[in-house]
Amino acid sequence: LPPLTPAALSVTCTCFSEARVKLCMTNCPTLIVMVGLPARGKTYISKKLTRYLNWIGVPTKEFNVGQYRRECLKIYKNFEFFRPDNEEGLKIRRQCALSALNDVRQYLCMEGGQVAVFDATNTTRERRDTITRFAEQNGFKVFFVESVCEDPDVIAENIVQVKLGSPDYIDCNTEEAVADFMKRIKCYENSYQPLDEGLDRELSYIKIMDVGRRYLVNRVLDHIQSRIVYYLMNIHITPRSIYLCRHGESDLNVRGRIGGDSGLTSRGKEYAKSLGHFIQEQNIKDLKVWTSQMKRTIQTAEALAVPYEQWKALNEIDAGVCEEMMYEEIQEHFPLEFALRDQDKYRYRYPKGESYEDLVQRLEPVIMELERQENVLVICHQAVMRCLLAYFLDKSAEELPYLKCPLHTVLKLTPVAYGCKVESIFLNVEAVNTHRDKPENVDISRPTEEALLTVPAHQ
Amino acid sequence: MSSEQNELTQTPLLKIWVPWVHSTLSRRRGSSVPQFTNSPTVIVMVGLPARGKTYISKKLARYLNWIGVNTPNMTLFPLIGVLFRNCASNALTDIGAYFTKEQGQVAVFDATNTTRERRGLILSFAKEKGYKVFFVESVCDDPDIIEQNIMQVKLSSPDYENCDKEEALEDFLKRIECYKMTYVPLDEEKDRHLSYIKIFNVGSRYLVNRVQDHIQSRIVYYLMNIHVTPRSIYLSRHGESDLNLLGRIGGDSGLSTRGQMYASALAAFVQSQSIRDLKVWTSHMKRTIQTAEALGVPYEQWKALNEIDAGMCEEMTYEEIQGHHPEEFALRDQDKYRYRYPKGESYEDMVHRLEPVIMELERQENVLVICHQAVMRCLLAYFLDKSADELPYLRCPLHTVLKLTPVAYGCKVESIFLNVQAVNTHREKPPNVDINRKTEDALQTVPEHV
Repeated sequence: LPPLTPAALSVTCTCFSEARVKLCMTNCPTLIVMVGLPARGKTYISKKLTRYLNWIGVPTKEFNVGQYRRECLKIYKNFEFFRPDNEEGLKIRRQCALSALNDVRQYLCMEGGQVAVFDATNTTRERRDTITRFAEQNGFKVFFVESVCEDPDVIAENIVQVKLGSPDYIDCNTEEAVADFMKRIKCYENSYQPLDEGLDRELSYIKIMDVGRRYLVNRVLDHIQSRIVYYLMNIHITPRSIYLCRHGESDLNVRGRIGGDSGLTSRGKEYAKSLGHFIQEQNIKDLKVWTSQMKRTIQTAEALAVPYEQWKALNEIDAGVCEEMMYEEIQEHFPLEFALRDQDKYRYRYPKGESYEDLVQRLEPVIMELERQENVLVICHQAVMRCLLAYFLDKSAEELPYLKCPLHTVLKLTPVAYGCKVESIFLNVEAVNTHRDKPENVDISRPTEEALLTVPAHQ
Repeated sequence: MSSEQNELTQTPLLKIWVPWVHSTLSRRRGSSVPQFTNSPTVIVMVGLPARGKTYISKKLARYLNWIGVNTPNMTLFPLIGVLFRNCASNALTDIGAYFTKEQGQVAVFDATNTTRERRGLILSFAKEKGYKVFFVESVCDDPDIIEQNIMQVKLSSPDYENCDKEEALEDFLKRIECYKMTYVPLDEEKDRHLSYIKIFNVGSRYLVNRVQDHIQSRIVYYLMNIHVTPRSIYLSRHGESDLNLLGRIGGDSGLSTRGQMYASALAAFVQSQSIRDLKVWTSHMKRTIQTAEALGVPYEQWKALNEIDAGMCEEMTYEEIQGHHPEEFALRDQDKYRYRYPKGESYEDMVHRLEPVIMELERQENVLVICHQAVMRCLLAYFLDKSADELPYLRCPLHTVLKLTPVAYGCKVESIFLNVQAVNTHREKPPNVDINRKTEDALQTVPEHV
């Protein structure tokens, strides 16, 4: 057996076995098929689900048939295009669906995709049969996600949030757009065949009713479908904000040392006080406060004088043998490790420590609970905050370890439309910079100066 | 704001940072225990006899207890008429007492609860006390499943002690018919304000309504992942390692010669068992991977299956721990489940990190898990419903496979020693756990090593 250096990149390929390091989510690709009338949140769900799956490491892509239609049609005139008796319209729409399915096949069979989300109304049994046959031919598992909602307020809000700003309505005023969209919905209503408990009992699906009040889940086949169901059952659309910040500046921070479990500097304590004031001013309804189990986040939370919850899962990345070292010391004692880290910062695991990839896995329950909750302030650490931020802002594994999360700065995230609004609030207490950019030279034989080029200044 | 408010101290056992004011532990605002729910929850089982209610209740209670949610099981065997009403209200009073006195978080009320009237009684009681209610209804119309059910668990009940099997089956089916007449299932319309999950035909379909909080969400996820397909779970440690021989804990060493022999023996054993579609799981540590390699089959590595992190005590012998950190060594003996190694983990932390492994084990069928002593103790405690006090002392010797097969309401265990000698790594709790104990007392139960 070749010596397994725990330090090496976490994906170890041995020639001696068929061992796979990552947990196998599914052994054949999965096609998720959205079902529902317009303005039922299908695209919202598709995008969110895609973001979640990619974050946990399952390569996923969404295919929005509406996009294909816009590319094909170029100009959207009005709802008449969607009339069920519009032969020309039907032809184009069918072509677009097939074109999208073709791209799905390409993604899942040739581009290493594991999950494809097919975002369209798919409201007729006939259309769904076509898709099922397509999946069978290609060896994909199919999982339907249907959103059913009759609440006029929810539908109206949906239209305001995401339809009015759509390219389809770029030249319309609000009333015109809303009127047209309502007529569009009507075009689908008569031919809508919801998933049926009897007729569709052999299919695998989740039916989401009234934005999550009720769910019907049928024939979950495997691990990934089970995780998808769990995720969909935990998300909600109640307006709220998530506040992310790091602990106040710590003693090890100012000395340029990573990890450890030190306390706050006097500036760090000042920050904690400012954070307390900030929270007060924001007047947040039922704010939950979470920290890690490390001294510096707890000290920060203590200054807020409110109850808080400690999560071990929010602890900073474990730097193993490099704990409490300065970058200069890591370069001196472990130059190979230091270079390997720069080569693939996301997957690199510290000897006897963790990688960003490990962090994401351990943070998944935190994300799940954040989805369940409403207003939350998470006081955590640099690497942890990068992982959480990457989830909310849909950042790739390459970008994630280099996201800027400076000390003494609160990021306020507010879900809006299909994404997340970010407000960055620096609380006006100076702190050391702990952000180290990727240096140009990541070669293992690079000279010391080049390795240390991007190390931020410290005592 | 005084500077004292920013002073923290780390609790010696759990290694949790808490405020330190005037040399006493201040009122803690920080909770280090996960907030599963903010009020006690009563889980109410609903369904005709032989629908798996007791199976589900016991399994659910076992799972919740394992993840740290205090959950006693209140089983109520159905009785007819007035007696029924009295028994039910007795059970409810017990639940009330349990929540107040023992600070339980979840109680499972296992009875048929098949009428709207009965459920109304429970709802009023809960509302009065400020408890949340979550219904779990099991609906089944497959006669084969029902018969299987009856054969497996009903016929061995005291009610049928002196009966012939065929007669007993018939009698039980008649019992079910009695309930059917008054059975009112949870209704999508009329019960739309209740929180519940309806399980159809052992899990092919679920209807979930109004999940209120975290614990209900976890319960739903769990119930949706369990199944009743017969299968076996094989638990084993890695083969004997070099550090095992030296009496050192943790680390990432390779197998000793005997450890290699065990790996081969394990391969032969697995072959001989002719297990259908066996999945093999290991940790990311060298010794479990080396063991799996000998099997010559694909396997999956889980970082979550890594051995407990002994932090500052990694790769030490117990003698060295006693020499360098006698207080830590004593604290560990005082509460081995909750004790966290400095810069390391506790058994309690491990249960938390193993939860996704358990969830996936529930989803899977035949699995062989090659892991480590502390990890195996945690997994075993889940399957055999062992308490937090027993868990850290469960015997999981090297070179021994534990074959677990679910049967009736529990788990059959077969212990198979694969006939390759190995060092003993089990350290019993010594009689003296005082921090001022003598070295000999501390090291009394340390197993022999090189």
